Amino acid sequence: MHVLVLSGGLSAERDVSLRSGRRVAGALRAARPDWEVVEHDVDAVLLSRLQQHRPDCIVPLLHGAAGEDGALRDVIESLGIPFVGSTAAASRLAFDKAVAKELVAQAGVRTPACVSIPQSTFRELGAGGVLDAVAGRLGLPLVVKPTKGGSSLGTSIVHVAADLPAAMVGAFAYGDVVLMESYVSGVEVALGVFEREDDLLALSGVEIVPEGDLYDYEARYTAGTTEFFCPARLTDAVAEAAQAVALNVHLLLGLRDWSRTDVIVDADGTPWFLEVNVAPGMTETSLFPQALVAADVSLGELTADLVEGAVSRGR
Amino acid sequence: MSGGSRLDPWVDSYASRAHAMRASEIRALFAVASRPEVVSLAGGMPFVQALPLDMLTETAQRVLVERGAQALQYGSGQGDVTLREQILEVTGEVGVTAHPDDIIVTTGSQMALDLVTRVFCDPGDVVLVEAPSYVGALGVFQAYECEVVHVAMDDEGLIPAALAEAIATTRAAGKRVKMIYTIPSFHNPAGVTQGPARRAEILAIAQSAGIVILEDDPYGLLGFEGEPPRALRADDGEAVIYLGSFSKTIASGLRVGWAVAPHGVREKLVLAAEAAVLCPSNYAQLTVSEYLATQPWREQIKTFREVYRERRDALLESLQALMPEGTRWTIPAGGFYSWLTLPEGLDATAMLPRAVANLVAYVPGTGFYSNGEGRQNLRLSYCYPEPERIREGVRRLAQVIEGELELTQTFGTSHMLGDVSGTSVPSPDLQ
Repeated sequence: MHVLVLSGGLSAERDVSLRSGRRVAGALRAARPDWEVVEHDVDAVLLSRLQQHRPDCIVPLLHGAAGEDGALRDVIESLGIPFVGSTAAASRLAFDKAVAKELVAQAGVRTPACVSIPQSTFRELGAGGVLDAVAGRLGLPLVVKPTKGGSSLGTSIVHVAADLPAAMVGAFAYGDVVLMESYVSGVEVALGVFEREDDLLALSGVEIVPEGDLYDYEARYTAGTTEFFCPARLTDAVAEAAQAVALNVHLLLGLRDWSRTDVIVDADGTPWFLEVNVAPGMTETSLFPQALVAADVSLGELTADLVEGAVSRGR
Repeated sequence: MSGGSRLDPWVDSYASRAHAMRASEIRALFAVASRPEVVSLAGGMPFVQALPLDMLTETAQRVLVERGAQALQYGSGQGDVTLREQILEVTGEVGVTAHPDDIIVTTGSQMALDLVTRVFCDPGDVVLVEAPSYVGALGVFQAYECEVVHVAMDDEGLIPAALAEAIATTRAAGKRVKMIYTIPSFHNPAGVTQGPARRAEILAIAQSAGIVILEDDPYGLLGFEGEPPRALRADDGEAVIYLGSFSKTIASGLRVGWAVAPHGVREKLVLAAEAAVLCPSNYAQLTVSEYLATQPWREQIKTFREVYRERRDALLESLQALMPEGTRWTIPAGGFYSWLTLPEGLDATAMLPRAVANLVAYVPGTGFYSNGEGRQNLRLSYCYPEPERIREGVRRLAQVIEGELELTQTFGTSHMLGDVSGTSVPSPDLQ
C-alpha cells in the first residue's frame, strides 16, 4: 500500500498541519511497517508527483483554507484517488462556521445565536451602526472569529462594546467574513467521531481548561498551559448528550471517516454546537489523539483502517 | 486543580524564566513565509550562494585530509591560536588592534553575547540597549533576568543625551546599570549607523559613568560606501568588549564568532565558555582559518557588499515608488535591514496575517523591544531575495498597507484585542 499524507499548505495553520502530518505518518508507519507512507506538502510539484507515482490513498491533514474548505479535495476527487476524510462538498459546508451552524440548528441542535458579516458591509454601512445593531441583538459578551479557519486564530471574547472594533480587526486579519456569536458560558468539550466497520462511534469528550478565558493558539500548542480531562467531568447523561451532538453533526453535514466537534456545555447540561473540523489536529497537544489514547484506540491502527476503507470504496 | 493532564509532566518544575517560552501565533505565520510563493523580507539569512562553494569544498576537504585528527578532536576553550591571529587581521579593517590572547573564539557571536551577559549580569541588573534592538540580544538578557531599558535612536543611531539621561534615571531609581549594548554600524533592525563624532560622545559617556560597552559588529565590513566605520573598541581597549562574526562575511552555518575583551574579562569568558560548551568546534575553526589563509577573503567581502547594495537599492527604489503616504523608512548605508514606520495608527503585528495571506512577510517591530513598543514598525530584510523578488514583495506589502488603512478607517482602530504574546520573530533558519 502506498499512502500519501498531505500536510503543510499555505494557510496560517501550516506549522500545525506539518506537525499533524508527521504524527499521523509516523503512527501509520508503526502500524503498517510494510506500507510505503510518504509525507508531501501542497505545492507546485504535487500534481506531477501524483501523476507520476500515483498513491493508493491520500490522507489530507491540511488545516485552514484549501485543506478544509473542499478545494483540494475537489482536485483529489477529480484525479480519482481514494482519500481519507470528508468529501469536498461536505467539507465546504463544515468549514464555513456560519453555514454549518445554520444547518445543524435547522435540525434542532442548539448553537449560539450569531451573525456573519463581510468587511465590505462594515465599509459600506459604517462599522459603528452595524456593531451597535449586532451587539444590541446578540448582547454581550460576544465571541468574534473568522467564519473560516481554525486554531482560534483571530478569535477573541468581547465583554464590553468598546472592545468590539479591535476584535473585528483581529478577526479580519484572518479572513474577509467575521462571525459574531453569543457567548455561552460553560465547559468547553471537544468530541472526536470516527467510522469503523460501518459503525459511527463518538469518543469520550475532552474537557478543555485553559489558563485564561480563551483556548487560543498559545494555549493550544504550548504543552503545560492547558489542563485536559478525558473523559470530561460531566454526568453520564450530559456526556452522552454531547456525544449525540457530535454524531448528529457528523451525519447532518454528511461527513466521512473522522471529524471533531467542539461544544460548550452550559450550567444546565445543554451542549451547544460551536464548530466541526473535517481534518482534526493530530499534534502532540491536539484533542482528537488525546481522546483516542483515553479510548485505547491506536491512531496508527485507526488511520490504517480508514485508509483501507477508502481504498475499498474507491474514492 | 488536579486529575487532568497538562501534557507536560514537568510543567511545575520549569524555571520562571521558561514561562515566556510559548507557542506564538505570529511565529507560526513564519512557517508560511518559508514557502517559495511568499516573498520573505523577514529573516536575516546571508546570501551564501554568493560564496565560491567549490573552493570552500576544497578548503573543508583539505582540513580533514591534512589535519583531520586535530579538526575532529576537542580544542582549546579559548579557540585556535592561529585563527585568533587571523581574526586580528579582520578586526584591523575596523581599527581594532589587540593581542591574540585578548580574543576568545565562540560558536557564533551569539554565544559571546551569552557569555558576556553571564559574566556581568545578576538578575535585576539593567542593560541599556537601543530602541529598537537586536532580538537575539534581548532574548539573552531576558534569559539572565536582566532589566532591559531602551534608549532612543535617531538617523545616526543611539542619541548620546538620551543615553546619559537613561543612566542617570536608572541610577536614581537605585538600579545597577551593568552594560550598554550597541550595534554602531548598519544596525539590526534599524539600519542606521553612528557617525564618528557620535561614537566619541557615546564612548565618553560610558567611560565617565564607568559602564562597559558591549559593541556588536557583525555587519561592520558590509558598508556600501567608503571605508568600514571605525569600531568603538578601536579607541578604548578597556571600556569596550567587541563582538565579531564570520556569519555575514563567510558563512553563518560555520558558527564562528569571537569577542575581543580586556584581560580580566577574557579570563572569565574562557572559563564560562568551557562550562557551556567545553570548546568551539575545531573543524569549523580550522575551516575558517584555512579559508582566510588560502582564499581572497577581502575580495569575497567586496562581492557580498555589491550583492547587498544592489538589493538595498531595489528595496529603497520600490519603497519610494509604491509606499502609501505617511510611510517612512531608514536608508541603510550597509548591512541587511531597513526599519519601516507605518502610517499613523497602523499596527504591524495585527497586519502580519494579512501580509502573509498576500504572500509577503516581514518581522513586526514589537519583536525588537522588550516593552511592547514597536507596533507601528516593521523590519524589512533585503539580504536574501533577488532584487526582482524584493520589488514584488514591496508591491505586495504596499497593497497590504493600503488594505489596512481602509480597515482602520472602517473601525477607527488597527489594533487587535489583547496582546499577541510569545516570540514574534522567525527562527534563524527561515529566509
